[in-house]
Amino acid sequence: MSNECKVDGGRRRLVVATAAIGGVGALAAVVPFISSMLPSERAKAAGAPVEVDLGNLEPGQMMTVEWRGKPVWIINRSPSMLESLSKLDEAVADPKSEKPMQPAYCKNEARSIKPEIMVVVGICTHLGCSPSAKFKKGSEEGMEGAWLGGFLCPCHGSTFDFAGRVFKNKPAPDNLEVPPHMYLSDKRILIGEDKKGA
Amino acid sequence: MASHTDYEKYKSDGSLQGNLLEWLDARFPATSMWRGHLSEYYAPKNFNFWYFFGSLAMLVLVIQIVTGIFLVMHYKPDASLNANGIPVAFASVEYIMRDVNWGWLIRYMHSTGASAFFVVVYLHMFRGMLYGSYRQPRELIWIFGTLIFLCLMAEAFMGYLLPWGQMSFWGAQVIVNLFSAIPLIGEPLSIWIRGDFVVGDATLNRFFSFHVIAVPLVLLGLVAAHILALHEVGSNNPDGVEIKKRKDVHGNPLDGIPFHPYYTVKDIVGVVVFLMVFSIIVFFAPEGGGYFLEYNNFLPADPLKTPLHIAPVWYFTPYYSLLRAMVWPLFGIDAKFWGVVAMGAGVVILAFLPWLDRSPVKSIRYRGPIFKTLLTIFVIAFVLLGFLGTQPPSYAFFGVIPSAPVAQVLSAYYFLYFLTMPWWSRIDKYQPEPDRVTM
Amino acid sequence: MKKLLTALLFAPAVTLAAGAAVHLDKAPDVQGDKAALQSGARTFVNYCLNCHGASFLRYNRLMELGLSEQQVKDNLMFTAVKTGEPMRVAARPEEQKVWFGAAPPDLTLVARARASSDGSGADWLYTYLRSFYVDEKRPTGWNNTLFPNVGMPHVLWESQGTQVMNKDHRLELQAPGKLSPAEYDKQVADLVGFLVWMAEPDAGFRKQLGFGVLGFLVVLFGVAYPLKKAYWKDVK
Repeated sequence: MSNECKVDGGRRRLVVATAAIGGVGALAAVVPFISSMLPSERAKAAGAPVEVDLGNLEPGQMMTVEWRGKPVWIINRSPSMLESLSKLDEAVADPKSEKPMQPAYCKNEARSIKPEIMVVVGICTHLGCSPSAKFKKGSEEGMEGAWLGGFLCPCHGSTFDFAGRVFKNKPAPDNLEVPPHMYLSDKRILIGEDKKGA
Repeated sequence: MASHTDYEKYKSDGSLQGNLLEWLDARFPATSMWRGHLSEYYAPKNFNFWYFFGSLAMLVLVIQIVTGIFLVMHYKPDASLNANGIPVAFASVEYIMRDVNWGWLIRYMHSTGASAFFVVVYLHMFRGMLYGSYRQPRELIWIFGTLIFLCLMAEAFMGYLLPWGQMSFWGAQVIVNLFSAIPLIGEPLSIWIRGDFVVGDATLNRFFSFHVIAVPLVLLGLVAAHILALHEVGSNNPDGVEIKKRKDVHGNPLDGIPFHPYYTVKDIVGVVVFLMVFSIIVFFAPEGGGYFLEYNNFLPADPLKTPLHIAPVWYFTPYYSLLRAMVWPLFGIDAKFWGVVAMGAGVVILAFLPWLDRSPVKSIRYRGPIFKTLLTIFVIAFVLLGFLGTQPPSYAFFGVIPSAPVAQVLSAYYFLYFLTMPWWSRIDKYQPEPDRVTM
Repeated sequence: MKKLLTALLFAPAVTLAAGAAVHLDKAPDVQGDKAALQSGARTFVNYCLNCHGASFLRYNRLMELGLSEQQVKDNLMFTAVKTGEPMRVAARPEEQKVWFGAAPPDLTLVARARASSDGSGADWLYTYLRSFYVDEKRPTGWNNTLFPNVGMPHVLWESQGTQVMNKDHRLELQAPGKLSPAEYDKQVADLVGFLVWMAEPDAGFRKQLGFGVLGFLVVLFGVAYPLKKAYWKDVK
C-alpha cells in the first residue's frame, strides 16, 4: 500500500553520505552545549590556587582560608600537639594514612610537608559538615577526659586528631583530606597547586 | 487518516527489530503516526520556494528552545546592582558572553534566532496570503497560526526585557504604559503587569517566568494544533487546487507525493541553506547592524536616563507604526488608547482573513489585477511602516517629506486593505483554476 | 509579479537620506596588531582604569594579546591580586558617586554601546578622544565637540596638548603636548583598538569559526542537494 520508492545504489550512497555528514555536524553542534555546563571562567578563577602568608601564625594557632568554596585549615602545631599524634596511633582508624586522602608527599605521621604546619580541608568525610576546633586537652571544651585535642564534627560526632585522622568507631569513614599545596618560600604557601609534588 | 485502525499497526516479520516494533505498536501509535504524518501524508507535489518556511519555523523553534534551556542555566533575573554597580541580570548576560564556555555562541544563536523566527514566520504568513492558504477548509489552521504569531510577539517582547539593557528597560516601560491608556482599569492594570510603579525587579522576574515557561508551553500546544489541523485537511499549494479531489485506485491523491521521503529530503536542503544564512549572521554580524541587537542595549538599564531615540526591535516596528499613527482623541478617549487599539487590531484582523476574502479562486496565479496590485501595495506599505517604526517620529524622507502623515496614510491602507477586501475580492477578475496542479 | 514581490520583500529597508548626521573620523582598525593592542591596554590601565572599571574582563584574558602572565601581573594589574579577577575600578562606585555626582560608566562594552547609524563605536571613541578643548566655563575646564558638556576632563591632555575652539568653531592646537599630533592619533587609535577588543574578546575566534561552519555547510549542501535531486527525478 505504501508507494515504494526504489532505493537505487546512487540514492543509497547519497542517503548514507548526507546522514554521515549531517551526523558529524549534529555531534559537533552538541559540543558547545555540553561544554557550557563545565566550570566557567568565573568558577575557574574562584577555584584558582590561593596564596597564604603564614608570617603571623603563632604555634598552636589555626587559620582558615577559602579554596574552591571550601574551608582550608592551616594549623601551626605546637610541640605538644605533635607529640599527641604518636600516642593516638591505636585510637585512630587509619594511623598510617593508607587511604589516599592526602598527596603522596604528605603520607607521613604528621600528614604534612613541614611537620608543624598542617594544611587540611575542614570538611568532615562523613556528610560534609565542617568540624569545630577542640584544642584544649581534657573535658574543658565538653569532650571526654582523655581528649588530647583535635576536632569534633557537630553533626554526627566524628572526632579527628591534630593530623586530621579520624578516630575509630565514628561515622566518618576517612581522615580529613589534605589538599595539594606547596611552599613558595619559607612563610608563603600556595594551596591548590603542587607542581607535581614539589 | 487520524483513525488508528488495526491495519496501520506493524506486523512483525519475526526479526528482533520487527518484534520490538510490534510490541510498541500494540501500545503506542508509532507506526500509524509515522505513516499518517510522514510516509503516507500526501502533500501536493508542486510546493515551491515559499513552502520552506513552515519547516524552517519549526527548526527555529527548536533552536530557541534548546539554546534557551542552556541560557537559563547561567542567566539571573535580578535587577539589583552587583559590587561593581552593574545590574546582576545585565552582568549575567555578559557572564554568558565571556565566562561560560561557548556561551557567546549560545547567546548569539538565541538572539539571532529571535529575529530569524520573525523572518520565517512573516514569509510563511505571506505565503498564505499569496496562495489563499487560509481559505476554506483551512480557516482553523490560519487562526491557530495567528495565535502563534501573537504568542511569538509576547514571547519576544518579554524575552527582550531579560538582558536588562537600556532598550530592554525603556521598551518594556513604553509598552507596559500602553495598557494604562485603557479607560478606567488602565492605570491599575499597568501597575499589576509591572508589579511595581516602574519596571523593576518584580517585572523582570515575572517576564522571565512567562518567557521561559508559560508562553513556550502555549506556543508548543498551538504549534501541535496548527500541524494536526493541517494534516487533517491537507496542505494547500501554489495553484490553490484541492489535490484530494482526484485520487488514484489506492485512494491516494494523484497530485500528491508522500511527505517522507520527498519533502524531507527537500526540506533538508532548505534547512542547510537557512543555516548558511543564519551562520553568516551569528558568526559575522550578530548585531545585525543594530537591528538584531540594538546598540543601546549594551548599556545597563538606567531608570533615570532615557536613550535619545528608542525604537522597538525591527519585527515589532510595522505594528509600532500603527500605534504611533493614531494621534487624535475619539469619543472623549485619548489618542494613546486608540493607538493601542490600532496596534492590537492590526494583528487581530489577520484572523478574519478567511472570511474577508470572497474570491472564487485561492491562488494569486489565477487572481485578477486588483488583488495583485493591492497586495503589492500592501507589502510596500508593510515594509515602509516597518522602516518608519525604527525611525523617530520627526524623520523626514530625503530630509523634506515629513514621515508622520505618510505613516498615517500607510496605516489607513493597512486596515482598508482588509476591510474592503470583501468588496474588491468579489469584483476582481479571475481565471478558472485548473483541475490538476501545475509544476 | 512573483519576482517583484520577492524583490520587495528582500530589499533591505531603503535607507533614505537621514537627518544631519554627526561626522565621525574613521578609526584605524588595529585588531590584528598585537603590539598596538598591548599599547592600548597600557594606556587604558594607566589612564582610564583609575575612574572607569572594565568589570567584565578578567586580567588573564590580556594574555590573549600576546603577554605572559608575569607581564600582566607586573605591568597592567594594579587593582587585583589574582589574574582571574576582573579589571575593577580602583575606586568604589559608591565613593565615585559622591565625588563625581555619578559613577563613571563601566567601559567593557563602550565600543559596542557607542555604535550608531553615524558610525561604529570605534569611530565614535576615536573622534571623541581627539575632540577635547579648553573651556573655562566648565567645572573641569574641559569641553568636547562630540560630547558637549561632558563630565570627564581630558585625561590624555599631557600627550595631546591643549586644543581651543577658534572663531570658526574649529579646534586648533594651542599648546603642543608630549606627542606630535600623529603620535597622539596613534595612541588614541591603539586605545580604541583595545576598547574594541575588550568589548568582545571572542570576536576574532568567532569569525574564524564562522568560516569553518560555512565550509561544513557547503559540503553538506553538496550531498543534500544531489540527494533531493535523486529522489525528485521520479516526480513528474
